[in-house]
Amino acid sequence: MLRDKDRIFTNIYGLHDPFLDGARARGDWDGTKELILKGRDEIVGAIKGSGLRGRGGAGFGTGMKWSFMPKESPRPSYLVINADEGEPGTCKDRDILRHEPHKLVEGALLASVGIGAHAAYCYVRGEFFREAEALQRAVDEAYAAGLIGDDACGTGYKFDFYVHRGAGAYICGEESALIESLEGKKGQPRLKPPFPANVGLYGCPTTVNNVESISVCPTILRRGADWFAALGRPNNTGTKLFNISGHVNNPCTVEEEMSVPLKELIEKHAGGVIGGWDNLLGVIPGGSSTPVLPRAACTSVLMDFDSLKEAGSGLGTAAVIVMDRSTDIVRAIARLAAFYKHESCGQCTPCREGTGWLMRMMERMAVGNATVAEIDLLDEVTRQIEGHTICALGDAAAWPIQGLIRHFRPEIEKRIEEYNKGGAEQAA
Amino acid sequence: MPKLTINGREVEVDAGLTVLQACEQIGIEIPRFCFHERLSIAGNCRMCLVEMERAPKPVASCAMPVADGMVIRTDSDKVRQMRKGVMEFLLINHPLDCPICDQGGECDLQDQAMAYGMDRGRYHENKRAVKDKYLGPLVKTEMTRCIHCTRCIRFITEVAGVPELGATARGENTEVGTYVEKALTSELSGNIIDLCPVGALTNRPFAFSARSWELRKTESIDAMDAVGSNIRIDSRGTEVMRIMPRLNEDVNEEWLGDRSRFACDGLKRQRLDRPYVRRDGKLRPASWAEAFAAIKEKVGPAEGSAMAVIAGDQADCESMTALKDLFSKVGVTSFDCRQDGAALDPSCRAGYLFNTTIAGIEEADACLLIGTNPRLEAPVLNARIRKRYQMGRFPIAAVGPAADLTYRYDHLGDDPTVLRQIADGSHDFAKVLKDAARPMLILGQGALTRPDGAAILALARQIAEATGMVGDGWNGFNVLHTAAARVGGLDLGFVPGEGGRDTAAILDGAGKGEVSLVYLLDADGIDMDRLGGAFVVYQGHHGDAGAHRADVILPGAAYTEKDATYVNTEGRAQRAQRAVFPPGEAREDWAVVRALSEALGHKLPYDTLAQLRARMGEVAPHLVEAVDEVTAAPWGDFGTAGDIDPAPLASPITNYYMTDPISRASPTMAECTATFLGGEQARTGTDG
Repeated sequence: MLRDKDRIFTNIYGLHDPFLDGARARGDWDGTKELILKGRDEIVGAIKGSGLRGRGGAGFGTGMKWSFMPKESPRPSYLVINADEGEPGTCKDRDILRHEPHKLVEGALLASVGIGAHAAYCYVRGEFFREAEALQRAVDEAYAAGLIGDDACGTGYKFDFYVHRGAGAYICGEESALIESLEGKKGQPRLKPPFPANVGLYGCPTTVNNVESISVCPTILRRGADWFAALGRPNNTGTKLFNISGHVNNPCTVEEEMSVPLKELIEKHAGGVIGGWDNLLGVIPGGSSTPVLPRAACTSVLMDFDSLKEAGSGLGTAAVIVMDRSTDIVRAIARLAAFYKHESCGQCTPCREGTGWLMRMMERMAVGNATVAEIDLLDEVTRQIEGHTICALGDAAAWPIQGLIRHFRPEIEKRIEEYNKGGAEQAA
Repeated sequence: MPKLTINGREVEVDAGLTVLQACEQIGIEIPRFCFHERLSIAGNCRMCLVEMERAPKPVASCAMPVADGMVIRTDSDKVRQMRKGVMEFLLINHPLDCPICDQGGECDLQDQAMAYGMDRGRYHENKRAVKDKYLGPLVKTEMTRCIHCTRCIRFITEVAGVPELGATARGENTEVGTYVEKALTSELSGNIIDLCPVGALTNRPFAFSARSWELRKTESIDAMDAVGSNIRIDSRGTEVMRIMPRLNEDVNEEWLGDRSRFACDGLKRQRLDRPYVRRDGKLRPASWAEAFAAIKEKVGPAEGSAMAVIAGDQADCESMTALKDLFSKVGVTSFDCRQDGAALDPSCRAGYLFNTTIAGIEEADACLLIGTNPRLEAPVLNARIRKRYQMGRFPIAAVGPAADLTYRYDHLGDDPTVLRQIADGSHDFAKVLKDAARPMLILGQGALTRPDGAAILALARQIAEATGMVGDGWNGFNVLHTAAARVGGLDLGFVPGEGGRDTAAILDGAGKGEVSLVYLLDADGIDMDRLGGAFVVYQGHHGDAGAHRADVILPGAAYTEKDATYVNTEGRAQRAQRAVFPPGEAREDWAVVRALSEALGHKLPYDTLAQLRARMGEVAPHLVEAVDEVTAAPWGDFGTAGDIDPAPLASPITNYYMTDPISRASPTMAECTATFLGGEQARTGTDG
């Protein structure tokens, strides 16, 4: 269990002043000048050494990503911060934006030094109205205090921070769609290559990072990469914000060490599953796009990238959705299928056509109006989508259904059988 | 050059190619819908997925640039499975209405479904239906069939330069359209029909009139403007059903202007299908012999100087050759092929050609437009200018009409006197031209048909010389013609000979009674009222202005009905092929002239087209020897220096859709005119 002194987000619940005075009292903006003066290579080296993996879902090494940015380029470089937190179940960035905005602003400054950028754009989800306000206030404070601006923290480094509000499309959380949207275009993912580090915002080298990834950087730089790397398991280091929602006694957002056992996380912080652990049906461990885990797997799995991958799911955004035995799991997944159908951008074929097909089949499965053979068809359609699309939304739409079929096939079959029997009885 | 392995074969291809193009080079075809060589890469259909070693996921070969050491597989089971999967997705919401779809038989989706599709559908839910869009009188939509490849969007935005199409909504509900309903305002809109891989966008006038496999396809040359676009004429029986572009990188790439494509229904209307002779003030049907006799009656006693011949905009080289030969025999020297009175100087070929060539535009690095609106005068050529503009670093300035040309340019006003400042180097743009390595100028007919046309021509030559447009291997002086016949006529010397009159003088002479016989070959663009009491022979194919004024009508053939040579604005001689026969008693134009020569007692010495072409080769060798090629013309002296009238320069074309007898007879072009030039409102308003 994470000790209080290792906690990065000490005001995640908003109990204290989120703005400059409060933030300074908690240690933000402390010695930022010295950190900036360490220079680009040292900052990237420290983040690489800390083993920080991107907190947005894909888990790509943050330091590694920064190191892809060109050292010398005739074009400006940009940092883009992804605050378009739209994954169902996830609510961590939101708390950072409203309660710890200075961590983000400071992190953005340091990250920009690390990648050689002089401007950062924070793309805030449209629905986060008050959060964007809080962030803007923090940005204004930082400008007024000379922490950012033409002479950031008195180092002579020019740094500007722009808050941009989105319009509420899930797909704009995908990094290249986010860049398109930021440029004022329709939010549709771009083809890769070229990657954003080469051709990103306005055609310039760009790094896109999640809010949490950026916000933990100042503390890592202050306390040292070794401190961060010592937390959690190798390759899964540091602390992480977990969002626990669903059938628990005390749904919450909590900062924990990586690799905390799922069961411990739920029982210690969320007050346990309603009706006790034995009442657990399954857990979606990392936001709606990760496959559901049945109770047996939940008992032993650790909350980190590798352990969850082994268990056939993923850490994603670490949004733990707990479902007890009262849950109609087929309907729950059918609802997710409807979500992905609604949010597909419609650009590429498998996702545009496939998500609608999945949704319609899942709607029938939810009431049992199907045949058993159609379960295999359903599985096959998810595999026709998975990996064949421009962005990962196709995968995200496919995985929950694959998880359902993998672990809850008997449930679907039972429902089909009941429905058909009911039909036969009615006919009789 | 990167080396890569495709299906176990090592290949070396040019850097910058995509995997799909590399595969094509070694003969491996990759199915695709969204990819098109001339458009930006979208990578959204996912049909071209291939396996790449060390890539976690399959890659879209249309978007993946080749790299050294790549290992690509296009023939594995996995790839076959992926294609099958994507094909299934494309078909689930695509209607099974192939039997009533105009694209049937030439549909990419149909063809590829045969190759990669499953034998049955597994989708049993309801299919999507999409409301049809209105895109104007030329493009018919059936949006339920759309597979969202976005080719049309990319074409309209990138090539046509009118960003009026886009995709609205999201996911399954994505719809391609204009959002606010409107007709596409591009003169190239018809090309989206060819680009559409399915039957979502089809040819509206052609709708439901024929199946593609019933049509006889004839490769020919367009004569609706001076670009000489390469076309394919699809005909059934005696009817031209539709016209499509044919690939020619040097001329029209694979695009075609809307008038060239859609005016073909005018070929069926207002046709002159038998000779007529005016008796007692009325045109009455006559036999060929009667018509020839009527002409002989007038030609016989007339002095050569009292007769004149004018060739119009769609006259072919063969008939002009024959006509000039015939009337030269009776002493006529008043020939003119410039019915609009353009001050083109026939003495120097470089002075009336588009010397840079159309493909050469892509190499230019600065451009001055004088008295032209290329968008209306030659939309395909305008697309080339836009293509060059989009490559960047291509300053363009225009003296003339301020119109939306689909690219940005400096408008230097419409007063031609500003050209003097450019010529003497005092104007800012003169410096731009001077600094450019390959500057060019385009001189439009709007500048040449004015009374001071010869002076503007001379001034344009002066600008070309002063700014270094003419040099080794580069000639930036260009005249943009609007008539398919013009360059051919000038090449053949169809201009006033010694003591001969030009068009203006012919009209004057006819008005004063000095010219007693005027022979019009396809010439409808002159002011018929000024012909006075002259005896007018009209040889042509449509009952247009010339036929109304004529005393004798000799029915000829339209450009789809004869084997003929046309020379485009670049000076490129190209051969049109006969797709259908002329209607009724009408005959190919050279044959009419040949028959007339016998009736007049001055029999021309050629009985076949080959013999006539041999004669044509004596007059202008390149028309026979260098077909399909451009022969560079030597620079020389042309134009006549003189005063320039500050009156504004204007384009000769105000209505793109009606410029010649064929398009004026076309109901489709009439509909376009009504839609785009507001005729519709006047017709339905209370004022009429």
